[in-house]
Amino acid sequence: MTDVLTQTDLFSKFDPLIEQRRALLSTGLTDPFNLVMERVLSPTEAICNGRPTILLGTYNYMGMTFDPDVIAAGKQALDEFGSGTTGSRVLNGTYAGHRAVEDALREFYAMDHAMVFSTGYQANLGIISTIAGKGDYIVLDIDSHASIWDGCKMGDAEVVPFKHNDIEAMEKRLRRIPEGAGKLVVLEGVYSMLGDIAPLKEMIAVAKAHGAMVLVDEAHSMGFIGPNGRGVAEDQGVLDQVDFVIGTFSKSVGTVGGFCVSNHPKFEIMRLVCRPYVFTASLPPSVVHTAATSIRKLMHAGEKRAHLWENSRTLHAGLIARGFALGTQTPQSAIISVIMPDLERGAAMWEALLHEGLYVNLARPPATPAGMTLLRCSLCAEHTAEQVQTIIGMFERAGKAVGII
Amino acid sequence: MDRAATSARIADLIAPFNKKGIAITDTVTFAGDLEWDSLTVMDFVAAIEDEFDIIISMNQQAEIETYGQLVDAVTRLRG
Repeated sequence: MTDVLTQTDLFSKFDPLIEQRRALLSTGLTDPFNLVMERVLSPTEAICNGRPTILLGTYNYMGMTFDPDVIAAGKQALDEFGSGTTGSRVLNGTYAGHRAVEDALREFYAMDHAMVFSTGYQANLGIISTIAGKGDYIVLDIDSHASIWDGCKMGDAEVVPFKHNDIEAMEKRLRRIPEGAGKLVVLEGVYSMLGDIAPLKEMIAVAKAHGAMVLVDEAHSMGFIGPNGRGVAEDQGVLDQVDFVIGTFSKSVGTVGGFCVSNHPKFEIMRLVCRPYVFTASLPPSVVHTAATSIRKLMHAGEKRAHLWENSRTLHAGLIARGFALGTQTPQSAIISVIMPDLERGAAMWEALLHEGLYVNLARPPATPAGMTLLRCSLCAEHTAEQVQTIIGMFERAGKAVGII
Repeated sequence: MDRAATSARIADLIAPFNKKGIAITDTVTFAGDLEWDSLTVMDFVAAIEDEFDIIISMNQQAEIETYGQLVDAVTRLRG
């Protein structure tokens, strides 16, 4: 009889990963990719493994998940519109709430068009694969998110990556594109692995000089960076030069969904030609009503933004002072990324922090650049100054226990 | 520039990336013989692109597995 675990089949390609996980978990380590939040107490606290845990890896930057107005809007929508739309946006799946959240986005960004997708992943997948077709060129940062790469792969355009945040490398590639070919430059405001921002002002100027359209993914900056929380492009004064902003509801907005906003006069045609928009069910009414309410509150969240920046600066300085290696020399976003020497010690540190009562994200290749293992911390505007000090103490104790500092 | 001259220039560019000192022939594979990871491939492709002032898109890279295929592609891209 053939042992199903040793026979060769389509799953054989996953054997190295299966073996790596087996070796890691055989040490008795808690599986970092299988944690259950048993109860969620607030945007910053949950019960994990029966233990009260501070949440520092949720991307819930603005802490909107338990906002009373947001919750009330969702409950009301459940009562009035039911639990789901059971249909595509272009058929029976556009309710009043879908229009309302697109109105809120247009106002939030002061742009002409807004199109809501069921997830942020689908927003990148749909827009990129649809606008860049055969014979066109996509020039993108090598550290782009998986949804951007998958959007490139799904379309028929020529895909040309350049070294992370390297303006000259980007310029060289744009210059070499054949005359007359369509060009799309894809950038991110905040790169979520290291928490660093892009020099959008310079990069967008170069892109425009070469006649390229520009798409910027502002998933990790919405609500927080820029005078009105519109993102890094707004902060650097170049939002009017961006053709397409991609964003998500699953971070600062505090629910799920994705979107693209644009001033392009023909943008509305996307609703008919973009397959990841057409061939999937639309978001449930409760989700779009919570999102609309949250987005409108984020327009007036200046004080929360200031507090979140304060949290980011305090944690960054505190971890540097205790000898941790961080992804950025200065705090550039609400993500503070702690560089681990290897996966084994990264996983051990992750577990030690969990035992201290702190949840962070363990990130490892291939999601990470340069094969790094990272403990990614994302701060929340609802973290108190005391919680941030508690977090620094937890890092210090866990780091000493694991031998990283 | 003919194929031989292109090949000679690419061979010079490979040297700093050829950590294992593998003898470079047309049948040498980048992933298999040279054991390059994706980061090394990116740096090497950038070096080739800059040297010849060409673009080798990801789509084209997917078709290039051996040194000989790379020389052919660069020769073709230079027109």
